[in-house]
Amino acid sequence: MTDFPKIRSVGLGGVLVTFGDKATDAANRAAIAFRGAVDALALPQIEESSSTLVSAFFRVDLAQHGFAPLHDALADVVAQQDWLTADLPGGRTLWTIPAVFGGPRAPQFGEAAEAAGLTAEAALAELTGTRLRVLTIGFAPGQPYLGTLGTHWDIPRQVGLTPHVPQGALVAAVRQVCLFAKDTPTGWRHVGQSAFRCFRPDAAEPFLLTPGDEVQFAAVTQAALERLEAHGVDGTERTVLG
Amino acid sequence: MRALRVHQVGPGVAVQDLGRPGYLAKGLTRGGAADLLAVHEGAALLRQSPGCAVLEMVGTGGTFEATEDMVIALTGAAMTASIDGAAVVWNASHALPAGAPLVIGPTREGTYGYLHVSGGFATEPVLGARATHQSTGLGALVAGRDVLPVGSGGATAGMTLPRDGRFHGGEVRIVPSMQTEDFSAETRERFENTVFQRDPRANRQGVRMDSDQGFSNPDQLSVVSEVIVPGDIQIAGDGAPFVLLAESQTTGGYPRIGTVLPCDLPRVVQAPAGAELRFAFVTLDEGITVQARANAAWAALGKSVQPLVRDPADMQDLLSYQLVGGVVSAMDEG
Repeated sequence: MTDFPKIRSVGLGGVLVTFGDKATDAANRAAIAFRGAVDALALPQIEESSSTLVSAFFRVDLAQHGFAPLHDALADVVAQQDWLTADLPGGRTLWTIPAVFGGPRAPQFGEAAEAAGLTAEAALAELTGTRLRVLTIGFAPGQPYLGTLGTHWDIPRQVGLTPHVPQGALVAAVRQVCLFAKDTPTGWRHVGQSAFRCFRPDAAEPFLLTPGDEVQFAAVTQAALERLEAHGVDGTERTVLG
Repeated sequence: MRALRVHQVGPGVAVQDLGRPGYLAKGLTRGGAADLLAVHEGAALLRQSPGCAVLEMVGTGGTFEATEDMVIALTGAAMTASIDGAAVVWNASHALPAGAPLVIGPTREGTYGYLHVSGGFATEPVLGARATHQSTGLGALVAGRDVLPVGSGGATAGMTLPRDGRFHGGEVRIVPSMQTEDFSAETRERFENTVFQRDPRANRQGVRMDSDQGFSNPDQLSVVSEVIVPGDIQIAGDGAPFVLLAESQTTGGYPRIGTVLPCDLPRVVQAPAGAELRFAFVTLDEGITVQARANAAWAALGKSVQPLVRDPADMQDLLSYQLVGGVVSAMDEG
């Protein structure tokens, strides 16, 4: 398909700019970079923006502003460069999040490593040695989908659902890792466990992660994770990227 | 404290307002009242901002008591209601004296009923809004013995607004949306020609539409999750349409065949289980025109507010009233 980027109206609620019809890493980078560039223009019609795996969304009251002016303004930005090779916006954050991999707190680590064709040591090295991008946030408030792992991590969702995978779990499938915001039934495999809380409604910063941020997991022992949990902290460190 | 005490309450009563915009990128949808027209009607009756928080009631209301004299308004799905034992009508404002029991019983027409108070409910905002976002656990349902703080503000009791026909299903206008063209022309035409029944399975996230038809698009398994706006009609895996509402997820993997105009969404949310609904496409430009007109009408609702009962003592200039018109209007109220 060559008809991307595609600019479409979404009901009367906004405009969507889509960079591909498959969830590729390049289309995701493009969506994040494009959203950043449009946000920097501070167009008065745009009330808020977001990004999905492959698209940037701009919330606009089309009944008030019409579609054509927004379409044209966004088409101008689309034409500025090849967004599939664009740099990600500056000022993003690298989050280092302690997690335990394997054992009773992350019981499907071994199974996932095997599905990826890796030894446990190699799987751990890849899950902790790769800086993952927050591809998008969704399904539950603050919940990140992280990627993109190597092609051997294109492991399918399991057929049966695991009924309860807890908040803070790292689950893997389709070259992505999701960090659960709450206890969730899932077909993704439970490979790690952190004390990270994606949504903190009572905190000054209710949501820490933003699409485009990077996340690196640091392997800790189960005892170390449980010490963090006992103190009600998650051990996360933040570094601002240039 | 100026407040409404809750003595007893049904299982589906929560504080709502116009919702909590600004968090789509963080995975949190706007939420807010299911029937935004009812919120605007209550605001018009009490001559206050539509941003004032309200109580949304599903199925039944409860028994309440004001700590100070206040004025209330009742809008949306009609429910049985009385103040101090005397029945009161829906779509109207009423004086609620301190200590008088306000009893709101089962729904008689529609799905979502609303209780408004002069000054609005003044519960503690979370992330800039008072709306209860039930699917994500932001805020809690109202429970017996709650004391709901109420803001200051006066209003005139005994005012009413005409009631429209949105409580029985009917025709709903939709605009083509991002994935409409992924459905074949035949499927879209069949969708428009199908009479649906509102399924009993419905909540603030979405409403399922029943029929003996399926509307699946053969390619839909490969669709990448994409953004949702309220009113989007997704076609689930079994081919049944779901109209997604204010408390849906921010993104979804099922394709959308179209999007209900915001001004017609109250007809969808208020349709009781089993009510018949049909969907009719209008072009994007037509939809924009219709919605802009509705926005203007919602903003001008205050002009349609009328006294509920005309007491000659309140008529300062009797001769200026069209007395015959007033009689007709009073009969319409019944």
